[in-house]
Amino acid sequence: MTPFSLKIVTPDGLAYTGQAEEVIVRTTTGDLGIMAGHINCVAPLGMGKATIVIDGKRRYAACIGGMVSVVDGKVTLVPTTFEWADKIDAQRAEVSYQRAQDVLRNKNSTNTEIKLAEARLRRALVRKNVASGR
Amino acid sequence: MAGVSSKEIKNRIRSMESTKQITKAMEMVAASKLRRAQVQVSNARPYFETLYATINDIVVCNQDFSSAYLTAQPSTKSLYVVIAGDRGLAGGYNSNILKTCYAEMDSKDVTVLPIGKKALDFFKTRNIPLLTENYCDAEDISVGDCFSIAKQLCKAYLSGEYGEIRIGFTSFVSVLTQTPVTMQMLPLLHHAVPEKTAVSSDIVYEPDSVSVFDAIIPEYVGGILYGALCESRAAEQAARRTAMDSATQNADDMIADLSLKFNRARQAAITQEITEIVAGS
Repeated sequence: MTPFSLKIVTPDGLAYTGQAEEVIVRTTTGDLGIMAGHINCVAPLGMGKATIVIDGKRRYAACIGGMVSVVDGKVTLVPTTFEWADKIDAQRAEVSYQRAQDVLRNKNSTNTEIKLAEARLRRALVRKNVASGR
Repeated sequence: MAGVSSKEIKNRIRSMESTKQITKAMEMVAASKLRRAQVQVSNARPYFETLYATINDIVVCNQDFSSAYLTAQPSTKSLYVVIAGDRGLAGGYNSNILKTCYAEMDSKDVTVLPIGKKALDFFKTRNIPLLTENYCDAEDISVGDCFSIAKQLCKAYLSGEYGEIRIGFTSFVSVLTQTPVTMQMLPLLHHAVPEKTAVSSDIVYEPDSVSVFDAIIPEYVGGILYGALCESRAAEQAARRTAMDSATQNADDMIADLSLKFNRARQAAITQEITEIVAGS
């Protein structure tokens, strides 16, 4: 497959820069697959698993928020969080998952608390799924 | 050494020495914090730059000006996000950024969102309306906070309350140079790059341009905020380190000066005693 240049930057630093053959990311409207020669395109990212094919090898990552843009054949991924599957702190995700569940089960939680907990639950689920390789 | 006894000089030397110890300790603390902040800046900078460049690309290529983020709002009110420090003793760091922002706000109808205790105090004493006082600790603000501030800002902007949103922060140029800057966040300005427009004029927005902008702009504002915050934090520590370094040097100079005076006074006293003994015998 023809490689193209890919750059992934997060607030915590440069996650990846170099060549890739395929990128599949979860946008707000569903999965988006990008290969070389893709039309210029911009899409906001949702929360989900990102699959990056580098040198024929598939690598997975949890990719949350931000956006993806393809301009002149260059793909730029600007997510809020991007964690490679092997770097995810599964324990922390589990704790966060439990905490969010506690808040959601609690009948006295306020609306904002519930909203925050829902977002946390979703992030935790994405991390857990990616870390466990599902 | 008329008027100044050697005891008084000794006391002053002692007090200078303790001052020196304090400034030295503060310098060392600032230096270690600076190192951490510098790492954070170098991590966040590519994100900041890519985000800015990508948004700029999109704005340049954007033909339909349907998004409210791109067109100027009729409101003449401006909102300023001003990032300063929590504590003083950082040389000109706080006063530089606050003065720059204050000068720019002149004759504008502004509301301020202060970040950092110094910014809060500054605008409070000048009776400028504040958006919220929740973010007065510049030290404690996380990435998540930046994004929630950004959401709040975008909401306020879309409701037509403010005609523009600007941010004032201190750019960390190097350890020795920090410059206060103000930057427009909303509406998005396009810094037209003429030759670029021809190459990539068609961009597919998934699902459509309005919803893409609505989703991306809060992220963009949050990213810019976070980047500015990192820069400001590093700049603050660098400014404090430099200020404390020169304070320590000044203390050294004063101690040297005072020691000389002290020794002279002591010698004068001895000489006088000898003269008295010689004269008496």
